[in-house]
Formats: sequence, structure tokens, C-alpha cells
Amino acid sequence: MDKIKTIISKEWAEVFQNRMVLFSVIFMPLTFAALPLFMLYAMRSSGAGSVDVGSVPQAFLSGCAEGLSTGECFQVYFVTQFMLLFMLTPLIVPVNIAAYSVAGEKTTRSLEPLLATPITTAELLAGKNLAAVIPAVLATWLSFLIFGVGARILIANARVLSALFNPMWWVAILVVGPLLSVLSTNFSLMVSSRVNDPRVAEQLSSVIMLPLLVLFFGQIAGYVSLNANLMILLALALLAVDALMVYLAIQLFQRETILTRWK
Amino acid sequence: MIRTEDLTRSFRRLVAVDRLTLEVAEGEVFGFLGPNGAGKTTTVRMLTALIAPTSGRAMVGGFQLGEDDSRIRRAVGILTEVPGMYDNLSAEYNLRIYARLYEVPNPDAQVEKYLRLLGLWERRADPAATFSKGMKQKLAIARAVLHEPRVLFLDEPTASLDPESAHVVHEFIAGLRRAGRTIFLCTHNLDEADRLCDRIGVFKTRLLAVDTPARLRTEFFGRRVVFHLNRADPGLAAAVRQMPFVRDAQAVENKLVLALDNPDEHNPELVRFLVGQGVDIRFVGELRRSLEDVYLQLVKAA
Repeated sequence: MDKIKTIISKEWAEVFQNRMVLFSVIFMPLTFAALPLFMLYAMRSSGAGSVDVGSVPQAFLSGCAEGLSTGECFQVYFVTQFMLLFMLTPLIVPVNIAAYSVAGEKTTRSLEPLLATPITTAELLAGKNLAAVIPAVLATWLSFLIFGVGARILIANARVLSALFNPMWWVAILVVGPLLSVLSTNFSLMVSSRVNDPRVAEQLSSVIMLPLLVLFFGQIAGYVSLNANLMILLALALLAVDALMVYLAIQLFQRETILTRWK
Repeated sequence: MIRTEDLTRSFRRLVAVDRLTLEVAEGEVFGFLGPNGAGKTTTVRMLTALIAPTSGRAMVGGFQLGEDDSRIRRAVGILTEVPGMYDNLSAEYNLRIYARLYEVPNPDAQVEKYLRLLGLWERRADPAATFSKGMKQKLAIARAVLHEPRVLFLDEPTASLDPESAHVVHEFIAGLRRAGRTIFLCTHNLDEADRLCDRIGVFKTRLLAVDTPARLRTEFFGRRVVFHLNRADPGLAAAVRQMPFVRDAQAVENKLVLALDNPDEHNPELVRFLVGQGVDIRFVGELRRSLEDVYLQLVKAA
């Protein structure tokens, strides 16, 4: 466990000197929290009840919490679109951290002395995994907390609040978020193990965001309607995919190949 | 301390190390000489359990390669070809990471000990990126010895260092040698090998020769004696060549260069012979061949 902690602290000490990583861990989650708050503020100022709700998918309106007016339903719908952004944080932050972790060490040639120590591959990957997952999860939770506090201040209507912070979102933030960050971290580690340039690793790893973006735009277009059941299914599917990704990351992290082929 | 038996490593069709059989005793400084691409780094990587051999066996520090790899990694220290420090982190932090990974009992004291020994203590808080090449190399050496390994593998420790930094590194290695540490030294620097190593192995994919530097010189060139005379001509050289103990004789300007089996025994007889030939002898000395000559001869022939 000490070795894992050492790797985590080493990764953080190194990676948080990188401006891009700092941006993704601090600035981006703050932006994602600010965007829906700004929308809430804008809607409150303009009066949500008076807006045209014609663009809201019927599926959402019919599934809207009981007792909400159409305007309130629109308010919940609109902010919900932005709340998917909270799901982007656990995907983006690990890409920035983990993509550098192996390819970066190859570039600086620090991987060989590290691999010459008695650390096992499992310990090394656990350290690198946690070093990326922990900031991603914390950044996600913190930005959601900021949004929650802001929303409480901006929304006076308790029904809208409870519709916004429904169980689906608790599952999404507390369960799906961490699972997404594990997925993103291990995908980035796999890519990072196979390429030499950290920037290439980062660009290739960014592919992991595509499915969520499809979901995001699908929801905006009205093709997808997120609900608690779907979120639980997503969590279960992610659990299985994560297990597979961890297994693959360990299998693909071949110390010997990394040292001899990927120079 | 290190024993290999037919140790071989191939990369697809390329054989990098071919049936290396070698023994390095405890406390010995063993020089591993070879040109670029000879397979020295591959050998070090195999012996430090970083990569597996294709075939053959090896014991390092009493542990079997392939079976006790984790123990081997704990027992050895390695100075890689490139220092590979974490440039954004301080010198002290760099060493602390490794002290923890090697489970050094008192990491802070050990880090301080080696930073002081290598003259880096005053710069301990500075990022490694601000260090000169020589300082980085010293830091990498400190990292290699931090856990007091029984066997130390040094891959080109003074490559691209200025003479002053190289001198510090040489002194440090000499200190380790006095402390009885087993050292496997890969180097291009023949003078370094000559001065620091108890034995030398000349290697180019396979081991070409292994012995003490002095014996290698004698083995390849015999012992040569140079007689400075008032005159030396081919006729005189031919006459000397007739003597049974003279392996070779060459006249060069006013010098006669002779290859002898045992100069201590035969020099007096030679002096008498030359005086008898009416030659004045001005000076007699031994002609020492450099390790470089031995190395070049071996590598060219391979």
C-alpha cells in the first residue's frame, strides 16, 4: 500500500505542475457548475413560466414530476441538459492525468529506473489509476456541490429543486461518475502504454468522451430521455466494462515491451 | 555474486546477447566493454530483471533470474544510460520516491547521506530540471545506491560528463569498491575501466575475452621492451630475432622494440648480446600497450 501511495503522491506532484491538468481539474468543473447556474439565473430573470415549451420533447413533459407547471417542467428540462456536463468531468480529468503518466515517463526516460524497483505492475497501475481517478471524482463531486448550493439559492421552488436533484442524478454523480473515471483512466493508461508522445496519448484517449457526447446531443435532440432506470443500467454496464478495462490495462502494460519497443 | 550461463536474448531474428557465460565475484568491480549496439544494455536489463532472457540462466545476488525477479530488483541498484529523473521535482523528492519504493528503513537519513556524499545537499530543494548533466548523473547514482544494494549496475556512468564531474563519479565508484560493493560497470571509457575494474569483459553480442586489464594486455601483445640505442637497423633486429626467447623484434629509428616472454629473465642476456654487437645502450624500458589496443583488436576481429 505504501508503494501505491508513493506513486499517487509522485504523480500528483508531477502532474499538477502541468497547466492543462490544472485547467481540467479546477477550471473546467467550475465552468460546468457555473453554466447550469447561469441558465437558472437567466430563466429566473426572464420568468420561466412565460417561455415557449414547444421544443421540449413530449416524453420529458409526460415524465415530468407531478405538480410541476409546464414552465417549471421546462426549467427542469433545460437545466438537466447541462447537468450531463457533470458526467464529462470524470472523463476529461483522467485523460489529462493518465495520458501523461506512462507516455510522459517514456519521454523523460524515468520509466526504466521506476520499473527496476521492486514495485509490481499491479501496484504501479493501481497508483497511476488512483492518481487519476481521485481528482476526477473529487472535481465532479465538488462541482456538483457548487451547483447544488447555487441552485438552492437561485431556485425558490422546492418542487423544481426536488425534480432537479432526483435519485437519477444521485446515482449519476455518486456511482456513474466514479465508474466513468475508472473507464477513462484505464483507457488512457492503455493508450499511454502503447504510444510515445503524451500529446498523442491525450488526443487518442479523448475518444473515450464520444459516447457521452452522443448521449448529450441525443438528449438535446429528444432521442434519449434519461431516467433512474437507465442510469442504473448504465452503472451496471460500466461496472462490467471497467472490470474488463482494468484487466486489459494490466495485460497491455508489458514492462518488457514498453522498455524495448516503445523508445 | 553474478553468474550467467549461456544467457541469450533475441529480438525477433536479431540476437542481442549470445550465450553469455560469466561469473562476477562478491566485491569485484567488473568492467563490461563493448561498442554501441553490442548488447551491454540488454545484458544489464536482463541481469536487473527488467527483461527476460530468451534462453540461458543467471543468478544475481544469490537469486535465480526468472524465479526471484522481485528479490533481484530489491538486491540490485541500477544507473540507467539516461538519468531519467523527475525533472519538475526536487532532488530530495526524487530520492524520497525511490527510498519508499525500495522500502529503505530510514529514508530521510539515507537520502541526506547520499545527497551530502555526492555534493548535492545544498541544491536538494531545487528541481532536477535546473541541474547540470553532471549533477543529474550524480543524483541518478545516489538513487541507484540509496537502498544499499549488494550489486550495482552502472551503465555508462560518465558518458557525456565533463572531466571534473567524471572525476567525482570515479571517486565515488572507487569508494564503493573500497566498501566491498560488487559493481558491474558498462563503459566505453577504457581508461576508466583500466583504473577502476578488477576484471574486464570485452563484449560484442558475445563475450570476446575476460581477464584483468594487465593480463589482457599481456595476453594480446606479450610484454614488450624497448631498447634505446645509438643505432638500430633491420640487420640488428634480424640478429636479435634469432634468440630463442624473442618472439618479435622491430627496429624503429634508434629503438629496438622486442616482444619477450619474460623480460625480467632475458633482459641481461639481451644487453650482453647488444653490447657484443658494438651497440651503445642508452636506455631500456617496458613498452606498455593500452587497454584500447586490446579492445580495438578484439572488437575488430569479432
